[in-house]
Amino acid sequence: MTTAAAPPAEAAKAPRTRFRAPELSPRQNLVVAVAVIGFAIILPLFLDSGGNVMNNLVLAAAYVVMALGLNIIVGFAGLLDLGYVAFFAIGAYVMGYFGSGFWSNAGGGEGVHFLVGGPVENLPGIHFNFLIVLVLAVIATTIAGIIIGLPTLRLRGDYIAIVTLAFGEIIGRIAINGDEIKLFGGTLTAGRQGITPVDKVDLPFFERFQSLNLRPWYWLALAMVVLVLFVNFRLRDSRLGRAWIALREDEVAAASMGVPLVKTKLLAYGTGAAFGGMSGAFLASYLNTVNADQFQFAFSIFILAMIILGGLGSIWGVVLGAVVLSAINNYFIPDVFNDVPSKIGLDFDLTELSFGIFGFLLVIMMILRPEGLLPQRRRQLELEEGVGAEDAIEAKL
Amino acid sequence: MAAASLPAAQPGPLRAARSFLGQYGLILVLLILPVAFAIQDLSDTGNLTRLGNNIVDGLSNGAIWALVAIGYTLVYGIIELINFAHGDVFMLGSFVAAGFFGTIGLSEGMGAVGLVLGLALTLLVVMVVQGTTNVMIERVAYRPLRAAPRLAPLITAVGFSFILQNVGLLWRGGSPEGIADLINSQHELFTLFGVPITNGDLLAIFVTIPLVFAMSMFINHSRLGKAMRATAQDPEAAKLMGINVDTTISLTFLLGGMLAGAAGLIYALYQTTIWYFQGFTAGLIAFTAAVMGGIGNVRGAVLGGFIIGMIQQMIDNRDSLGPLQMGPSWTPVYVFAYLVLIMVFKPSGLLGEQTREAG
Repeated sequence: MTTAAAPPAEAAKAPRTRFRAPELSPRQNLVVAVAVIGFAIILPLFLDSGGNVMNNLVLAAAYVVMALGLNIIVGFAGLLDLGYVAFFAIGAYVMGYFGSGFWSNAGGGEGVHFLVGGPVENLPGIHFNFLIVLVLAVIATTIAGIIIGLPTLRLRGDYIAIVTLAFGEIIGRIAINGDEIKLFGGTLTAGRQGITPVDKVDLPFFERFQSLNLRPWYWLALAMVVLVLFVNFRLRDSRLGRAWIALREDEVAAASMGVPLVKTKLLAYGTGAAFGGMSGAFLASYLNTVNADQFQFAFSIFILAMIILGGLGSIWGVVLGAVVLSAINNYFIPDVFNDVPSKIGLDFDLTELSFGIFGFLLVIMMILRPEGLLPQRRRQLELEEGVGAEDAIEAKL
Repeated sequence: MAAASLPAAQPGPLRAARSFLGQYGLILVLLILPVAFAIQDLSDTGNLTRLGNNIVDGLSNGAIWALVAIGYTLVYGIIELINFAHGDVFMLGSFVAAGFFGTIGLSEGMGAVGLVLGLALTLLVVMVVQGTTNVMIERVAYRPLRAAPRLAPLITAVGFSFILQNVGLLWRGGSPEGIADLINSQHELFTLFGVPITNGDLLAIFVTIPLVFAMSMFINHSRLGKAMRATAQDPEAAKLMGINVDTTISLTFLLGGMLAGAAGLIYALYQTTIWYFQGFTAGLIAFTAAVMGGIGNVRGAVLGGFIIGMIQQMIDNRDSLGPLQMGPSWTPVYVFAYLVLIMVFKPSGLLGEQTREAG
């Protein structure tokens, strides 16, 4: 019995000796942000503009946007969302609806065009300017976030996770089967065939983006990251951000201190969802397809793993987690280590194992640093001292 | 908990309606589809054979979901973890069973006695292997994280789910694979009110019921079962009473894994098709069943498994109901819609009261 009791006590002490992210003052934070973003801006100038590394950087930036969005829901407000893929899907479909030839008989077969130039202005289908699509995607996902949030208002912890998971699966399924649903002379979605091609990003004062020059894509994604980072920092330090954190620590205490639960929770869902939609619309244009097979449960987990790996609620941690996981998943496993087996004389294809390697890395990283790579100091204190009610229950085991 | 936070002072009829809905709302919601189907069938064909067929098939499928759901419910009851790897333990159960058939040379042509003995041996092997697998997963992925943030074990569970799926993928390839129909699963034994009962149905029911019975006897009447219930209720107090919490948790995973293995065997014999991805869907469906019954409650998981199995068969077997699209590809939408409705109307599930006591 004594041996069984000893390890948790040691485990609780162990993180104290480890590296921990320093608490940054707002000024230091600004310096870090400027340095990191400045480095990120000039990075592509040293890389092949159409190469694989560039491609992975664009994807990583888009995932950072999503991870920071989910961080608001899970990290700040403590509402475990396992269906974040729903917002990716909705954002992507908004892009597909308003920026492709999907509605081929819109405008009597002539197409509907709004503030677009270049080659698409004569194509059938609905074609809006990318910025307008982005705004529409944000609106649509915010509403979806609030609708998904509504049934979870009365629930706690894992039950919220289950409801969001169910919504994510329902939307994913509707995307797959949507080609059976007739709507306005077309179908609801293009199912597994996918909506393709999707309009390339078309910004005012810039040339339409090309699929061979990835730098503009990267800089646009980076601009979204900067915007989302700014919103994240400002929100975290605002009244609303403090309300979210209060909610995460103790719902009953927060409510009795005058935090409006319904409004606060729904704002978390809405804001988090909006970023998912933004990134979703961007990815749809970048990947040039809106395919139902993209919207799987594993994607929700992929994004969730980024923020847990980085350190829940820690903004820089989440950025790091997103970059690390996206690099592992899209670059290291398929490209870098793929020829390792043949070099050491084994005969198998590593890509067949990519799923398992990803899972293995998740397990290893969580066991080595369960609090994340760059844990938020505030959160870490709670965990060690068992201030939060739920954490106290965990600490007992 | 949710009901307590509602304002108590409400006019009489509204309050009565609310308490009625709170008590029977979920049952009403569950009855909507079967009743609608019954009306549709009666107006189309004049009898209920089709619905009866669905119910029988649904019970057999439900037996499989029930066995998997028990694993979810036991683990959630004791460490409050949604064990995402559980569906894949079930999947590997099917794979181990199919592999073992080949190893000991079971085939359709064998005599009944040899077949029954062989299958009983397979059942034993699968249960031991999957029980051990589950215990090992707990030892490696969950136990080191007892003092960690709440979400950390969830991520390792997902990680293990990926690893097990990859094992399945490497073992038997990426596409669904047909295996020997050892028990002649679709052979019609007899008809009951015009509904054919097949070998597969009998197997599913007659393996599941004794297992569930043994399980609930073990949990309710053995010393170790008592330790499990105590740990689920309050791990701290259980530890003070001299219960070895770690061993008890391992035991829980052992039981869950054994049942998942048995479910895997039944699934392989009943469906005669196995696939590395079967565990994912099965896991979500079984989890829905566990939640429907009231998570943490073994009887609830079994009930939920049977209900979900029947609903699933009814929807699988139909093309549409009014304006609603149906069929196998739409079934998950309805299953998950039910899940959301349960959460809204009665988060504690059908037999939820006992859950609250149990933690």
